[in-house]
Amino acid sequence: MRKLALNDEILLNVQKPARYIGNEVNSVIKDKENVDIRFAMCFPDVYEIGMSHLGIQILYDMFNQREDVYCERVYSPWGDLHKIMKEQKIPLFTLETQEPVKHMDFLGITIQYEMCYTNILQILDLSQIPLLSEKRTDEDPLVIGGGPCTYNPEPLADFFDLFYIGEGETQYDSLFELYKTVRNQGGNRQDFLRAACKIPGIYVPSLYEVTYHEDGRIASFMSKFSDVPQRVEKEIQMDLTNTVYPRNPLVPFIKATQDRVVLEIQRGCIRGCRFCQAGMIYRPTRERNVEMLKECAKYMLKNTGHEEISLSSLSSSDYSQLSELINYLIESKEKGVNISLPSLRIDAFSLDVMKKVQDIRKSSLTFAPEAGSQRLRNVINKGLTEEVILNGAGLAFEGGWQKVKLYFMLGLPTETEEDMKEIPRLADRIARRYYEIPKEKRNGKCQITISTSFFVPKPFTPFQWASMYDKEEYLARARVVNEEMKEQLNRKSLKYNWHEADVTVLEGVFARGDRRVGQVLLKAYEKGCMFDAWSECFDNQKWMEAFQECGVSIDFYNLRERNVDEILPWDFIDCGVSKEFLKREWRNAQQEQVTPNCLIRCSGCGAARFQGGVCVEHQN
Amino acid sequence: MLNIRIKFQKYGVMRFIGHLDMMRYFQKAIRRAGIDIAYSEGFSPHQIMSFAAPLGVGITSDGEYFDIEVHSSLSSQASIQALNDVMVEGVSVLEYKRLPNTAKTAMSLVTAADYLIYMKKGYTSPCDISQFEKKVHEFYENQSEIVITKHTKKREIKMDLKPLIYEMKVVNLKETQILHDLNVKNPQLLDLGSESEQPEIPAFFLRVCTGSSDNVKPELILEAFCRFHNMSYEALSYQIHRLEVYAKADEIPVKGEKERAKYQKYLEEQEKICQQNGREFPKFLTLGDLGEIIN
Repeated sequence: MRKLALNDEILLNVQKPARYIGNEVNSVIKDKENVDIRFAMCFPDVYEIGMSHLGIQILYDMFNQREDVYCERVYSPWGDLHKIMKEQKIPLFTLETQEPVKHMDFLGITIQYEMCYTNILQILDLSQIPLLSEKRTDEDPLVIGGGPCTYNPEPLADFFDLFYIGEGETQYDSLFELYKTVRNQGGNRQDFLRAACKIPGIYVPSLYEVTYHEDGRIASFMSKFSDVPQRVEKEIQMDLTNTVYPRNPLVPFIKATQDRVVLEIQRGCIRGCRFCQAGMIYRPTRERNVEMLKECAKYMLKNTGHEEISLSSLSSSDYSQLSELINYLIESKEKGVNISLPSLRIDAFSLDVMKKVQDIRKSSLTFAPEAGSQRLRNVINKGLTEEVILNGAGLAFEGGWQKVKLYFMLGLPTETEEDMKEIPRLADRIARRYYEIPKEKRNGKCQITISTSFFVPKPFTPFQWASMYDKEEYLARARVVNEEMKEQLNRKSLKYNWHEADVTVLEGVFARGDRRVGQVLLKAYEKGCMFDAWSECFDNQKWMEAFQECGVSIDFYNLRERNVDEILPWDFIDCGVSKEFLKREWRNAQQEQVTPNCLIRCSGCGAARFQGGVCVEHQN
Repeated sequence: MLNIRIKFQKYGVMRFIGHLDMMRYFQKAIRRAGIDIAYSEGFSPHQIMSFAAPLGVGITSDGEYFDIEVHSSLSSQASIQALNDVMVEGVSVLEYKRLPNTAKTAMSLVTAADYLIYMKKGYTSPCDISQFEKKVHEFYENQSEIVITKHTKKREIKMDLKPLIYEMKVVNLKETQILHDLNVKNPQLLDLGSESEQPEIPAFFLRVCTGSSDNVKPELILEAFCRFHNMSYEALSYQIHRLEVYAKADEIPVKGEKERAKYQKYLEEQEKICQQNGREFPKFLTLGDLGEIIN
C-alpha cells in the first residue's frame, strides 16, 4: 500500500485531503531507483487550479516518456495545511512518491500570473530549500521557472537558478542530457548552470549584472562572462502536430477548475491586439492538424472518462479547420459527452453550433469588445466593430438567447471619459436590439452583464511603455461607468461588475518590475502574504507595508510613461517580435491606426524568421 | 434495459476520497471501462447510477454498493475485469450482478451494516480482549437503553442507541478463522501492522441500523462506549472498516404487483427450505444477494 507523507491526524483535519494523496487516474508510477533524474513539477497554487493546467500535463507526459526521468507533481498546500507543515516542520512532498521535494534534482515551477509570486516562495519555504538562489548548495534541487511570466523574469531573478524562456517541448531533452553529463564528470551546480546558459532559451540570472541610473532606470544589463550569451531567444515548437500531446491526461478525484478534456487546437493569435501579451509572445500562430486533434479527442475521452471536451486557443474562430473539427466532435460524440466552445466569434456558424451543443436558455453569449468606443478599439487594435456586435447579438436574440456578457478594460492608454461612458451605452444599444423583437416572440427581459477589469501593461506588447494609474483613479473610472449606466433607457436589463483595484496595482509592479522588486516579494511573504490571487487571502495592507519597508516606489513602476529608448528589464529576451515592430505599433496606437491581422497582411513583426505557421501558410 | 448492482471495496489512500467524489470517480470509470450505461433524458444527460449508503471520509470498506442501468452487458466476470482494469489502487470491483427489472434501488433497501473498529497501526489498545468483552457486556447487554445527546446546528436531540445496535461483540483479528467468518476480503488491506508478536488484535464487531430513516454511525457508538467507561475517546486512533451492507430479508425488493407476488412466493419457498434443514431464516440479506450473476 502507498505510504503517505501526512498522517491521518493531519489529513482528516484539513480541507479536501484528496489534494495531497496523489493516486489519481493516469498518474505515473515508476521505480525511483531506476531513474537518473527526479523532477518535481510545480504549479504554485492550490491543487484544483494547478491540476487544470494543460502545460504541466504536456510536460509531465513528455518527461515521463523518458526512462531516465521521473517527473512528479507538487502544488501549494492550502493555508490550513501550510500552518501545520510549518509548525511540525514537515517538508513539502511530491504527490507520486510522497517524498520531500528537496531530494529531487529539479524543482520546476510554472509561472502563469503575477499574483502567484508569493506562492513560489511558499513552495520553496515549505520544501526547506533556501529562498535565495545564491544560498543554495549542491544538496538542493535546481529551481527552474517557465511559463508566460518568465518573459519578464527579473522580479523573480533572486529566487530561481534558471529560467526556461518559451515553449517547453523543445529543449528539456538537451537540459537533461547536460545535467547527466555534468554530474557524471563530477561537476557541481555552478558548472551545470554555466553550461546550461548556452542552451537556447535558458536564462541563468546569476550570470548577468544590472546597473542603474540615479533616477532608478536601468543603465546597463550585461552578462558577467564573455561565454554567457548577451541575449536569450525564446524557444518555440514550430510543428505542433508531430509532437508530444498527452493521450492519458491525469484525472483528479476532486473537481478541478478544468474538469474536462482540453484540446489545444492552435498556439498564437493572428489578431494583434495591442494590450495582449499572449498575442505577441506566441507568434507565429501555428495550427495543429485536424486529424491529429480528432485522434487526440478520441483517446483522451476514452482514457479519462471525462464527460466534457473543450477546445483551447486564444481565438478558436480563427482555426482554419474549425467546422470540420466541431462537426466531427458532434457526430462522433457518445451520449453524455458535452462539448464546450470558448472564445468563438458570434456569427451564424457559431450560433448554429452552439444550438447543437448547449442549452440556449441557460447559456449566455460572450463578447469582449474590451473598449466602449470605436476610437479606443482602434487604439487597442481590437478589430471588433459595433456593427458586428449588434448583428451577432441580433442573430442570437432571434435564435432564442437572452443573456449577454460583455468584457471591457478600463485604464487603457488614451482613454477619455467619453470612452468610459460608451461602455454602458453600447450595452444599452444591445438591449435595444433585443427589444426590437416583437414582444410575443421574445422570452421576457434580456440580461446584459458588463464586466470591467483594469488594464495592466505587459512586457513585449506595444503598450509596454504605457503608464498606469493609482487605485483611486481606477475606482473613479469604474464609477463613471456605473453612473452612466443609470442613465440608460434599458438600465433594468443591465448589470455592472468591476474588479478591485488593489491587485491591479501590484500586478503592474510585478509585470514590469526589475530585480529590485524581488525584495518586496520576500518581505510580503515574511509578513504572511500568500494566495494573493484569492480575494479571501489577499491583504493589501501587508503589501503596502512591504513596499514601504523596502523603500521601493510603486509609482516608479506604474505611473511613469517609459521612453521608447529606455532599457527595459526584459530587453535581453528575444521573443521573436522585434522592438521596432512594438514601437511602430505604439505609435499606431497613439494615432488610432488599425493594423490588419496576419491573415490579411504581414506587418513584419519579426516572427517570420521562425519560418512557419501563419507566416508561411498564408503568404500570397 | 438491465439493472445492475455493483459491489466494490475501498481501502488505503482512497479512504480520503469523500462520497461525492467517489460517485464522480465511478462515473468516469464506467466510461473508461466501456460499460454500456444508460443516460437520463434532457439537455444534460447523466448516468443512471445510485449509491446505496454513503461512507464517511477515513473509513475503509469491503462492502460498498451502487446500482446502474445499462442497455446491454457482458458477463459478470468480463464486466468486473473491464472495471478493474481501469481502477486506481485502493478500489476494486467485487461483484457485478443483474437485478430484476423492477428492483428497488439499493439506497431504499439499506437497513443494516456491519463494521469492524480497531486500533490503527502505531496505537496501543487500552485493554485486552477479555477486558473489552467485559466492558461491552456492561455497555451493551446490561443497559436497557443507551441514551446519548446529539448536537445539531440548532438544537440537542436525545437518542437511544440500544435499538439501533443489532449486535456488538469483541473479536480477535489475529485469528484467521475470525477474518474468514467476517468475510474480510484481503486481511492485509486492513493495515493491522506487523506487530506479529502480539497474540491478539482486539476489534469491535458492530451490526447497526443504517439507512435513510434511521441511521447510526459506528463512531457514535464507540464514543458512547468510551464515555460510559470513562475512557478517553480518540477518534483518530481507531480505524473503522465497513464489512457489508444489508437489506431486510423479509422486505420485498421489487416493485409491481406481479413481481411482488412472485417474490413473495420465492420467499416462502426459501423459508420452507430453511425449516426443512433446521436452519433459521436469516433476518438480513446482503444487497448483493438480491442479484444474480450474468453468465
